[in-house]
Amino acid sequence: MAKAKHDVEVLEKCPTGIRGLDEITKGGLPKGRPTLICGSAGCGKTLFAMEFLMRGARDYGEPGVFMAFEETPEDLAKNFSSLGFDLSDMISRGLIATDHVKIERSELEETGEYDLEGLFIRLGSAIDAIGAKRVVLDTIEALFSGLSNTAILRAELRRLFHWLKDRGMTAIVTGESGEKTLTRYGLEEYVADCVILLDFRIQEQLSTRRLRIIKYRGSAHGSDEYPFLIDESGFSILPITSLGLDYPVSSERISTGVLKLDGMLEGKGFHRGGTILVSGTAGTGKTSLAATFAVAACRRGERCLYFAFEESPSQIIRNMGSIGIDLARWVKKGLLKFHAARPSLYGLEMHLLTFHNMIEEFKPQVLIVDPISNLSAAGTVSEVKSILTRLVDYLKMNNISTFLTDLTHFTGSLEHTSEEISSLIDTWLLLRDIELNGERNRGLYILKSRGMAHSNQIQEFLLSNQGIGLIDIYTGSGEVLTGSARATQEAAEKAAELASWREVDRRLREQERKKNALEAKILALRAEFDVETQEVLLMAEEEKKRQAIREEDRLDMLHLRKGKPAAPQAKRSKRSGKGE
Amino acid sequence: MKAVASGKKKKAKTDPTEEIWNLRLYVTDQTRKSLTAVANLKKICEEHLAGKYRIEVIDLLKNPQFAKEDQIIAIPTLVKKLPEPLRKIIGDMADTERVLVGLDIRSISG
Repeated sequence: MAKAKHDVEVLEKCPTGIRGLDEITKGGLPKGRPTLICGSAGCGKTLFAMEFLMRGARDYGEPGVFMAFEETPEDLAKNFSSLGFDLSDMISRGLIATDHVKIERSELEETGEYDLEGLFIRLGSAIDAIGAKRVVLDTIEALFSGLSNTAILRAELRRLFHWLKDRGMTAIVTGESGEKTLTRYGLEEYVADCVILLDFRIQEQLSTRRLRIIKYRGSAHGSDEYPFLIDESGFSILPITSLGLDYPVSSERISTGVLKLDGMLEGKGFHRGGTILVSGTAGTGKTSLAATFAVAACRRGERCLYFAFEESPSQIIRNMGSIGIDLARWVKKGLLKFHAARPSLYGLEMHLLTFHNMIEEFKPQVLIVDPISNLSAAGTVSEVKSILTRLVDYLKMNNISTFLTDLTHFTGSLEHTSEEISSLIDTWLLLRDIELNGERNRGLYILKSRGMAHSNQIQEFLLSNQGIGLIDIYTGSGEVLTGSARATQEAAEKAAELASWREVDRRLREQERKKNALEAKILALRAEFDVETQEVLLMAEEEKKRQAIREEDRLDMLHLRKGKPAAPQAKRSKRSGKGE
Repeated sequence: MKAVASGKKKKAKTDPTEEIWNLRLYVTDQTRKSLTAVANLKKICEEHLAGKYRIEVIDLLKNPQFAKEDQIIAIPTLVKKLPEPLRKIIGDMADTERVLVGLDIRSISG
């Protein structure tokens, strides 16, 4: 036992096979080193250790030794079988060895010096017998209640952990939480490499289990408190991961199931693997939109998983049938699967586990949760957010398109989602009531849609027996109108438009008439003018003639008065002039 | 104290067939603690149980299968198989009084 294996430069990890744990520890527990699992009574330490051992033996070819200090072999076998493992079968196949260490203080007398070599030998022979690579000591603290010489115990425990390291055993040591310390007897002192705390709380009558990695020397690890579950399939630390944002994204687009809505999203619909949120008050058509999307997926031959938190599947199928959406057909074809549960039925972790298990099993391309707001009944806002974050990350990692509906309350802003998960959402549709003139109509618009140029228009959302229809909303003269008000307004507007066209027409014709009249006038005037001109010309002609005649007359007169004195001649001419 | 011890002795003498101390001492190899324990035990038995005891010294390294059977964790461990009840004494047997209590030769109250 002198071979020093613990000075390895790169920390090797030992996969536990426990769902979720290997992700948050980035590979598992430190290989060849002891790990301390601590927590209060009933927190699941023993089950954790068992699963580590069983999965190691079954799935990773690493046989293991279970040294129980508290439970009898019968109890142990019972516990193992509760996780679906057949202990006696594993033992007979040489994959697991168990040893029950019983310390009866009443039959023990301590006198003088001793060591725990007996324990070492037992452990050593069990390890050698099956070639074990993993060891569980559950819980070694029992030694402290069985033996009184703590000085010897502490020294021997230190030696034991060194010895395990030297033998290259990946070990789990469990310890019960003390008042203020991680373990009652300070086991954390000896196990310096990895310490995991399990916690069990009851909050509002719902129990939640949580796991936290307190210490992991030489390795990065998630430091959050991770909810976990223990069920018939064993330990699950959930959600699987929310450690990275490095999931692959798809640029493929999928139809929303509503042609006009696709049109609002660049004519192509949602991104595959995107997270879509539809929020709205009660009765705005969220479920209808979800069902339409589900049918669109099924038509493409994809599988769709529908989590209903409000209605039973048959009720959804019936209701959707009334608007011409045939869900039953797809259920029959096996492309659509419903899972209905009351949110308050169990804690959030259990819901998440259900999500996870069903997704793993059904492998859908589309997931619908209707509605997520009901989950808040099973936890606090921050818990719901944390769960949803992890769920969304998990779904994105698997390129599953997620359609969430969210019931918002009448009071408060519509943009306020109860879970404040806006940052997780890629495409956010808002359905809102528009109340006007004594009727209620629905409007739909896109609040945001990452990675695409989307429409900014509010559309009227109509439900008929043909399914969902979107109609351009009336947006003229500074107000928004829907329903019959929109129709009335549109009719009135058409009439007004017609009237004004008539008016223009009339004015045009009048102007034409005026022009014609003017032109006629001009013609008349010109004619008049021409006549006048002619008259004047005629007069001028006549005058000319008259003057010529007069000149002739004068010459005649001059001729007649020949030989008479000139003076009286002049006087006479004057008089004759006057006489005319 | 002595009266109790002698009383027991008397009782032992009256029924020698039943009162044989069947002892098994688990040791490892030739470590100091083991050797001390063997020596101390022999001395105590000679003094208090002369002729009525049988000691079996087992090297656990050579016979590890006994460890599980007899629930051995500490070395050295003395297992008193008979007379009933089963008792275990761990340590190098340096404290004679405690060994005697462990062997039910002497009561603790004494």
